[in-house]
Amino acid sequence: MLSTAQSALPISMRGISKRYGSVAVLKDLDIDVAAGEFLTLLGPSGSGKTTLLMILAGFVRANAGSIRIGGDEVITMPPHKRNIGMVFQNYALFPHMNVFQNIGFPLKQRRVSKAETAARVEKALELVQLGGLADRRVDQLSGGQRQRVALARAIVFEPRIVLMDEPLSALDKGLREHMQIELRSLHRRLGMTTVYVTHDQREAITMSDRIAVMNNGRIEQLDQPEALYARPRTKFVAGFIGESNFIPVECRDGTAWYGGQRLQTASATPATGQHWLIARPEKVRLAGNAGAINGANVLAATVRDVVYQGDSFLCYATLTDGQQIALRDYCRSDVLALIPAAGEPIRLQINPDDATIVAADS
Amino acid sequence: MTAQLADTASHIRAEGPNTEALRTDARREAFSFLALCSPGLILVGLIIVLPIGWLFWLSLFDETGAISGANYARFFEQASYVRTFITTFKVAFLVTALCVLIGYPVTYMLSQIPRRVASICMIFVILPFWTSVLVRTYAWLVILQRKGLVNTWLIDLGIIDQPLPLAHNFAGVIIGMTHILLPFLVLPLYASMRSIDSDYLRAGMNLGAGPTATFWQIFFPLSLPGLAAGIVMVFVLCLGFFVTPALMGGGKVIMWAMRMEQTTSLYSNWGAGSALGVVLLAVTLGLLGLFQWLIGARATSVWGGK
Amino acid sequence: MNTELGLPISHWQRLWLYILGALVLLFLIAPSLIIIPMSFSGSTLLQFPPESWSLRWYEAYFGSVEWRDATIVSVKVAIMTTIVATPIGTAAAYAINSGTLRFSGLINTLLTVALIIPVILVGIGTFFLYAKLGLNNTLTGLVLAHTVQALPLVVLTVLSGLRTYDMNQERVARSLGANRFAAFWQVTMPQIRFSIVSGALFAFITSFDEVVVSLFISGGDTTTLTRRMFSALRDQVDPTIAAISTCLIVLSIVLLSAAQLFGQRRSPK
Repeated sequence: MLSTAQSALPISMRGISKRYGSVAVLKDLDIDVAAGEFLTLLGPSGSGKTTLLMILAGFVRANAGSIRIGGDEVITMPPHKRNIGMVFQNYALFPHMNVFQNIGFPLKQRRVSKAETAARVEKALELVQLGGLADRRVDQLSGGQRQRVALARAIVFEPRIVLMDEPLSALDKGLREHMQIELRSLHRRLGMTTVYVTHDQREAITMSDRIAVMNNGRIEQLDQPEALYARPRTKFVAGFIGESNFIPVECRDGTAWYGGQRLQTASATPATGQHWLIARPEKVRLAGNAGAINGANVLAATVRDVVYQGDSFLCYATLTDGQQIALRDYCRSDVLALIPAAGEPIRLQINPDDATIVAADS
Repeated sequence: MTAQLADTASHIRAEGPNTEALRTDARREAFSFLALCSPGLILVGLIIVLPIGWLFWLSLFDETGAISGANYARFFEQASYVRTFITTFKVAFLVTALCVLIGYPVTYMLSQIPRRVASICMIFVILPFWTSVLVRTYAWLVILQRKGLVNTWLIDLGIIDQPLPLAHNFAGVIIGMTHILLPFLVLPLYASMRSIDSDYLRAGMNLGAGPTATFWQIFFPLSLPGLAAGIVMVFVLCLGFFVTPALMGGGKVIMWAMRMEQTTSLYSNWGAGSALGVVLLAVTLGLLGLFQWLIGARATSVWGGK
Repeated sequence: MNTELGLPISHWQRLWLYILGALVLLFLIAPSLIIIPMSFSGSTLLQFPPESWSLRWYEAYFGSVEWRDATIVSVKVAIMTTIVATPIGTAAAYAINSGTLRFSGLINTLLTVALIIPVILVGIGTFFLYAKLGLNNTLTGLVLAHTVQALPLVVLTVLSGLRTYDMNQERVARSLGANRFAAFWQVTMPQIRFSIVSGALFAFITSFDEVVVSLFISGGDTTTLTRRMFSALRDQVDPTIAAISTCLIVLSIVLLSAAQLFGQRRSPK
């Protein structure tokens, strides 16, 4: 089995466009996946992420574009020659074959000897922790087991690249979170370049080296999870990943103004125009709390509602001009003591390092 | 206006890399799929499209070899042709009406009983459907002829003294064709009736309609598309029917298809025979097209599964 | 109470419907079933129920060279029609189902046009064409004509089987290294095998029972069973035909049951 990342291959996609009739599903995409990287395509339905994956696999033909895997152009190569392992959303296990025959299928296509096939199938089963289930029929397996068989089948022939199309969406929450961690550790062990598709941002953040956030056929931002979370570059990304407060600000000479107040931000500010300041609810603090910094970015507000959620609480407040803002914090006794009742005035502060500006109309 | 962000495409290029190669690849794939259809298409073209087109061509020429509408004009001029058409339509209307009269109630019953029982009862419909039309026509001849079953029983029971003429005449043709075409009404109608959600009926009853009113005002209208599909099917098949009128008509019931066979086989008048065929095809397609236009694809989908 | 559908109409209220329905069903099945015991009737006048039982009509059937030859011709043609129509129909159904055909609606219509065109027209048209090609009274001619009539049934049956089949499996197979044909043969075909067999059985029945076109294009050495039956029936009501009819009915029952059996099982155990 693969143990070194050197066997993995990089993927380079340029100018990928796909049209269905007059509807452009993918618009001139460029994306690079490093060898051995775990990259997730994240986006809502209709963003084109599955189409892009299918084009990479060879099942959908792009209208234009170039795909280089390890330097070789593959855009017109049929799927069965691309040597890519794939896990589908509904697993697509062959019901007329048992587990052994399913996993051994790719080896059979490659004319691997019977002895070698048996050995490799057994190894693959152990890797996904299903050792000893080789004789089972597909309809005798649970959902989680089927998912692992699909995985074993996709890696048994040691592909350089693995693609996964929302493989965990059919599992229940507990199993899904467990499998996320398992997939991640499997990826580290085998080191294959992996492209993963999901609409669940939590899943993406948990598993990925980098995430490409897609919307409407374009990649809005391609970055590491922490960067996407802390420094979103568009309003869509800020709203899709985690929760966000959007405060409309006016930029004059590179400074952001809210009402008559100047706001300090960490990221660069556009020179002019109406834009958005993004502050995550958990980054909004009650002024007067330990951690306030020189009174910068302190906003006056009135509490509208406080919602307790067990381990944390949400405080919905209205700023002086009617703008809504939400604050989230853990239910620690010192914090709870400071929360006033609904209708009471409070002062909120956003740490400049936690404040980001994104351009409007993005 | 829009910020130029890294890692995203900033414009849609009219022609990206490899567009030609991809287009050729797509064309090649489409061609190989067409190739899969081609044996079937060639066969259909050879056996159906070509001969019928040829016949249409033939119908435009009269005996002297000149182009004329004589073959078609004859249909209006010669009384025998007019009689043939009248007979054919008479039979078609009568048989269709009978099929509806006895077919609708039995299909309604089948649609209301539990599915498992209905499936078993459907054997009574499907087995005749897949039995050779010759066998069924022969069976009716045996049953209806002068010394046949029906007459023997009726005479034995003393109901009549003379055997009823039920075979080798108009009555025989009607009975035989009704029997053979009944499944063509029952099957699409059954599919249509089964798909009527009984929630509609419950709603009707809940709102105060009794069983009879519920049936006529809710169920019956909903079953009309399936009924219409069945009616069109039966009627169109009646027009072109050959075997049963030929065997049970006793030579007295000359229908369209029989006329066609006579003119071509017996008299080798290909012009007249093909004209008859062309008109039959036109009427058939016209009725199907009219039905399609009136009721739409929703009803014709019941023909999809037989 | 008719509880399955939850309608408060009792079975007693519907008694008239059940009686009428039963009568109609009887009307449908009776002719076919009556012939069976009548064929064992000892006298020339077929009786129901037979007053004397005998196998004479079966002896007349199997003993007659002409009837035997006609049967053999029909069987040969039906088998060959099945062998030709099934792959052609399956390939076409697969192509239509793939969704990559530009005119799939038109192609579907063309392949099933034989169901819509009046058979008599096809009969005289084919006869006319074959006269020019010298295919009248040949096995080849019969097989070609019957295949065209059987094709729609094969296409429709296989198409409906493909529609309930998950095409993702073929895609997976291709991603795992199988080319299109290998993926079809190893993964798709075993799963739609039952639709294909059903279609083949329908093709067989259609060819075996075909009357109208055979009337025109078969004759002499290649007279089909149906052609001979038709001629016999035109002249007089020969009791031998009762025996032949019984055999045909039994054949229909057997083939229908087989098709039902195969059609039921979607996923192989």
